[in-house]
Amino acid sequence: MRRATPGVADGPALLNGTLSIVLGWTALAALITLAILGLWVAPPDAVQGDAQRLMYVHVPAAWLAYLAFGVTALASVLYLWRRTRSPVWDRVAGASAELGVIFTGLCLVLGSMWGRPVWGTWWEWEARLVSTAVLFFLYVGYLALRRIPGPGRAKRCAIAALIAFVDVPIVHFSVEWWRTLHQQATVFNPDLNPEIHGTMAFTLVFGVLAFTLLYVFLLDRRYTLETLEEGREERELEQAIAERTGTAELVDAGGYTATLALRLRRARKSLPGSGGETSR
Amino acid sequence: MSLWREVWLVAGKDLRIEARSRVVLYQILPFGALVLLLFAFALDPSRGLLPRVAPGLFWIAVLLAALLAVSRAFAIEQQNDARDGLRMSGLDSSALFLGKFTAIALELLVLEVFLGVGVAVLYDVEVGSVAVLVLSALAATAGVAATGTLYGVLAAGLRVRETLVPVLLLPVVAPVMLGATRAWEAGLGGVASDGWPWVGLLALFAALYTGMGMLAFGPLLEES
Amino acid sequence: MPLVVQLRSAVCLLGRFPALAGVDLDVAEGEVVLLSGANGAGKTTLLRLVAGLAPLHSGTATVLGHDLAEDREGARPAIGLFGHQTFCYDDLTVRENLRFAARSVRKPVEAADTALERVGLQAQAGVEHARLSAGQRRRLALAVALAREPRLLLLDEPHAGLDAEGRAVLDAVVRTAPADGRTVLLASHELDIGRALAGREAVVAGGRVVRGGLLATSDSVPRTEKEGAGAR
Repeated sequence: MRRATPGVADGPALLNGTLSIVLGWTALAALITLAILGLWVAPPDAVQGDAQRLMYVHVPAAWLAYLAFGVTALASVLYLWRRTRSPVWDRVAGASAELGVIFTGLCLVLGSMWGRPVWGTWWEWEARLVSTAVLFFLYVGYLALRRIPGPGRAKRCAIAALIAFVDVPIVHFSVEWWRTLHQQATVFNPDLNPEIHGTMAFTLVFGVLAFTLLYVFLLDRRYTLETLEEGREERELEQAIAERTGTAELVDAGGYTATLALRLRRARKSLPGSGGETSR
Repeated sequence: MSLWREVWLVAGKDLRIEARSRVVLYQILPFGALVLLLFAFALDPSRGLLPRVAPGLFWIAVLLAALLAVSRAFAIEQQNDARDGLRMSGLDSSALFLGKFTAIALELLVLEVFLGVGVAVLYDVEVGSVAVLVLSALAATAGVAATGTLYGVLAAGLRVRETLVPVLLLPVVAPVMLGATRAWEAGLGGVASDGWPWVGLLALFAALYTGMGMLAFGPLLEES
Repeated sequence: MPLVVQLRSAVCLLGRFPALAGVDLDVAEGEVVLLSGANGAGKTTLLRLVAGLAPLHSGTATVLGHDLAEDREGARPAIGLFGHQTFCYDDLTVRENLRFAARSVRKPVEAADTALERVGLQAQAGVEHARLSAGQRRRLALAVALAREPRLLLLDEPHAGLDAEGRAVLDAVVRTAPADGRTVLLASHELDIGRALAGREAVVAGGRVVRGGLLATSDSVPRTEKEGAGAR
């Protein structure tokens, strides 16, 4: 958990190295505490029994699913707005989306697991689950787009994130509306909404906090990884520019490809470090 | 040239190409009809299910056909580096968006008329409120066309365009599917007044995504 | 004389590759400048940069008064690019394509018809683009550029694919350009024809203009020893 190495394109990780370490350990401690609270300390639900304990993970996961998307959207706005444009925001958007899709998937799986003893089926067309399922696919689309390389990737993804983000409340609202039209009496079709108070409420809030700490820590780590990768590509680019300008005389003489290859080989041998003349 | 004349220039270009090549008419429409047919095979008409699910099946067929229409709309811009031509033109990017949007929307509306008749005949539905049916169809079509044009240009220069656009477009237009189907359920032998709120939602979606399209088309075209 | 094109240390990336690695170039109004250089030197990218199609990574670039770092699109309607593609639609006829090209830069339809005649494609006016031969497409590409009534003509390997008649048309267009109020930037391998048509030659190599890029006396003095040694 060191700071990013010097010579990297744009600054170090999101968080100071020490802060990151502290955060990581705190998140771990919080998650362990959550497990204890959720599995032992909090009482079982009157109606749903122990199955309800899944709520302590399902709800925080749901919270993060939406938070992460919000962060991606915000980062996308900051990237698109000229005054704040920076590769930092592009990396944050991408990192947050990767985390978001995981938490969304987790939320859906846990929701299904929770629903099985409560409903008797693995899936119910319940408003929040359906909205989250659509969110999952919005993420998948964004990540598919992110995989496509190219100079315009950041802008493309940023716009796509915003288009999708605007849709989230519309999806939520329309699905909610749709399902309330089909709502049957709660006695026969209990939804995932147990009454919570006291220790249960505390555990739930604690869970949300613990997961948020985890999210921030993971975001920082993923961001750092992305920065390091981009840093490597930047160095390769600078080298290529140096090669290009350095071989100007050789192009006139012909044998362009052969000479370039030779120079690149020579330059690679002198890595790490500056490698080749830099004329900017 | 005013914005509307520019829009008409672009839309006219696309529609003229369609009139010449007849891709929507001879390929996409049959595709839509086949989807309806295959649904009947899948769902067994003898069980009286079809009239009840007809609205949903209709809109799924339209949505799938829309994927093809969007793909076609941007395939023509791939030919001969036409996108460079569009960039080099002095046309306002909002006009470019609205032009392509209009052409796609009109093509979809024609498709819907034919497929609608197909549904009425094949699935034996009764028509209740024409107003709800028509207005919801207009709003839904606008929403799908706007979003389709937006994602179409986003993916325009990418090699994986054809498989990428569906996975981007379909989740985003989920509310349109929802709204259009509910509105058509109301309009086809249901309680017509139930459909109006959904028409409102569809109109909101269409307005929102048309606005976004007008803003984003330019930057996306530059990057494509 | 006003400068139609002014580039200083312009860097242009194709993905990660620096296709232009620091270009200095001046082009004055009414000039016909030849860009010569080997394949891969960066001639096409240079033309695309001037057309505003390729983004400027660093350096400065001003074309027809528009700063390309701020406003890549402003100069485009006044530029005619004659490159490898026709920018046309396969299902539309020659005339329809030309009219669209003219109207899209707010020129009257007559400009399209004039361009059609100038390149000698009147007989193909009603033929769909998809059915044109390669040579006819080349002429159409030239017509598309002319239909825009451009102030700046960018020609990328214009003689390639043109038959003798087509070449005659092209040469006439270039020769009358200064009189028509047009500036011409011509990238070509065909040095004999190019040098005959152009008033000045700028040599492109390794993503830079190594000789002849600037107008003043700096032309005759190699900018670095390396370039001087490499100059032909």
